[in-house]
Amino acid sequence: MTAVVSEVDRARVLLERVVDPDLPFLSIADIAILRDVAVSDEGAVTVTITPTYSGCPAMDTIREDVHSVLAEGGFGEVEVKTVYAPAWTTEWMSEDAKRKLARNSIAPPDSVLAVVPEVLCPLCSSESVNTVSEFGSTACKSIMVCTECGEPFDYFKAI
Amino acid sequence: MSTITTSDALATYVIRHADDNVVLGQRLAEYISRAPELEEDLAVGNIALDHIGVADHLFTYVAKITDDGRSGDDFAMLRSEREYTNLLLVEQRHGGFDDLMARQFLFDAYQLPFWEALSASTDETVAGIAQRAAKEAKYHLRHSSMWIVRLGDGTAESHGRIQASIDRLWRFTAEMFEADDLDREMAASGLGIDPSTLRSAWESTVDAVLEEATLVRPADTFQTSGGRSGMHTEYLGRMLADMQWLPRAHPGLTW
Repeated sequence: MTAVVSEVDRARVLLERVVDPDLPFLSIADIAILRDVAVSDEGAVTVTITPTYSGCPAMDTIREDVHSVLAEGGFGEVEVKTVYAPAWTTEWMSEDAKRKLARNSIAPPDSVLAVVPEVLCPLCSSESVNTVSEFGSTACKSIMVCTECGEPFDYFKAI
Repeated sequence: MSTITTSDALATYVIRHADDNVVLGQRLAEYISRAPELEEDLAVGNIALDHIGVADHLFTYVAKITDDGRSGDDFAMLRSEREYTNLLLVEQRHGGFDDLMARQFLFDAYQLPFWEALSASTDETVAGIAQRAAKEAKYHLRHSSMWIVRLGDGTAESHGRIQASIDRLWRFTAEMFEADDLDREMAASGLGIDPSTLRSAWESTVDAVLEEATLVRPADTFQTSGGRSGMHTEYLGRMLADMQWLPRAHPGLTW
């Protein structure tokens, strides 16, 4: 039993190296795409993931990366299971992940319950910001601009 | 009474909605680089990706249910026009941005309540995909509504053009709410929903946005349907030829 538990931990540590290719400073655990890791008595790993946006092109890369880091770590049999329900939400992101976003000049998501999301400019922390477009460089981000310092920036949409 | 909800019926039902999404996604993708501004190009690309992503998840599920060796991509790429069961509205070609936005708006106003209702499906996978898609549909509807208002309540030129686009597409709107035997069977089993129940939500959205946009709701007139049984307008075949030629010319090709 102890051996099995430590194998799960070992798999989780390896999976820390799998990042979102569009946000390479966030691991799939940070962004909560990684939902579960299980290791059978025979050493087979089942990794459960939930896609962020329906058309997120990063998902294929993430699946491949999960396979390769676990193979490199000596796990022979790996299955990546995609689970749709419950649907992924930015509410699952850790506070640490949100801080990492802000440090990388991406305004982190506000609560999905906020009627008007509170967004601060990640460069000068001003509250006076405008939405340029709700559809940005990737499905998860919108384009905003700070009226204080004049810089355009990405906002990670609350969804 | 025995429930005849076989996996075949579920697959046929899921394919319909995958078809709506892949066709609309392809139509939007055709427009990338032609939008009036860069931000709009990104928006059209993002929305196309959402639709294609939903279609991909649904087709992958269909492949799992039917389990006859076909992949999800095979359903998208190797079925011909008459095998496609999408709504006629989504296959309509666009002359310009006005047609594209009118088509998107009329569909978004249906698609949001559709996904919200389907989120309660008794099929866990269908419900999960629907929950995800409903969140995205909210953004799509907000975006297309904004454009309808901006164009309708804009210049005389933009007002006239968006009104003409809505008038042209109006005859494809009733089809969204037509329920056939399969819809009723799916609704009865809790797997799917009866589309006729979505009509009032659609009408209130459309009426409110048209009013804000100073546009007139077209008079109820002749309506065309047939998409769900594979009877399409002339535009789908050409669109599919463009979409499918690569995997058909090079079977088994991967990225």
